[in-house]
Amino acid sequence: MSIPVLRVEEFLLASIQDALTDSEALQLKRNILAQIRRSRARGVLLDVSGVDVVDSFTARILGSIGDAAELMGAPTVLVGLQPEVAMTMVELGLELQGITTALNIDRGLHMLRALAGERNR
Amino acid sequence: MADRHVPIAHEADIVTARRQARDLAIELGFDVLGQVHIATAVSELARNIIQYAGNGEITLSVAHDERRRGLALTCSDQGPGIANLDLVLAGGISPVRGRGRGLTGARALLDEFRIETVPGRGTTIWGCKWLT
Repeated sequence: MSIPVLRVEEFLLASIQDALTDSEALQLKRNILAQIRRSRARGVLLDVSGVDVVDSFTARILGSIGDAAELMGAPTVLVGLQPEVAMTMVELGLELQGITTALNIDRGLHMLRALAGERNR
Repeated sequence: MADRHVPIAHEADIVTARRQARDLAIELGFDVLGQVHIATAVSELARNIIQYAGNGEITLSVAHDERRRGLALTCSDQGPGIANLDLVLAGGISPVRGRGRGLTGARALLDEFRIETVPGRGTTIWGCKWLT
C-alpha cells in the first residue's frame, strides 16, 4: 500500500490510514522528501489518525521524516495521534524529536501557515 | 479460543502478528489502551525476531490463573540468542535502535515477561497481560 502525498495550499499532506510495513514507511519518507523538492512545499502535515500502533521503529521513521524535511526547509507537523497510542509511546519513552505535533489537520495547517509566515519575514 | 500461531519470517508478518494480537485482545475484552499495549509489544518482539534471528514464531493464547484471564504470548526463534541479556535489558546495549529498545519496551507494556536464551541456539520469550 502506498500512501498518497497530496498538496494542500503550499504544504504537503500525507494521511496514514492503515498499518504500514517497515518498507512502506521508508517508501513514504522517500516520497515526501522527493515531493518537497518537486513541489517546493513549505511544510508537511503527517496525519496519523489511522495509525493504531507506533512502536520504536515507526517513531524513528516519523522522527527522521521530520528531521530531513526540516533540513530541506519544510517543517513537519504530526497530527491526529490517537490518545491510547500517545499514552503507549510515553510508557515506551518514545520521543518524536524534531517534529511538532497538533491535535488535528486544521490546527496543524494553522501552525504551518504561521511557521511559513515567520520564515517569509 | 484457540491458540493463534503466527509465523514470523517477513516484514509483513510483523503487521499480521500485531493485528492478530489486537483481535485476540478485543475478543478477550481489553480496553483500547490494553489493545494498543499488546499490539505494540508484539510489534517490537516480532521485529526483533526478523532483525536478529531471521525467522521464528509468535503464539498468542488465553492465559488463566485462579482469579483472572489474560493474553499470553510466546515468541520463539532459533537465532543466535542474546549473549549479554542482562546488559541488553538494562538498556545498556543499543538502547535507541536495537534489540534493547524492543525488549525493554515490550517488558514495560506487559505484566509478565520472561526470557530464556541460549547463545547459538535461540531465544524464547513469554509475556502476559492480565485483564484488570
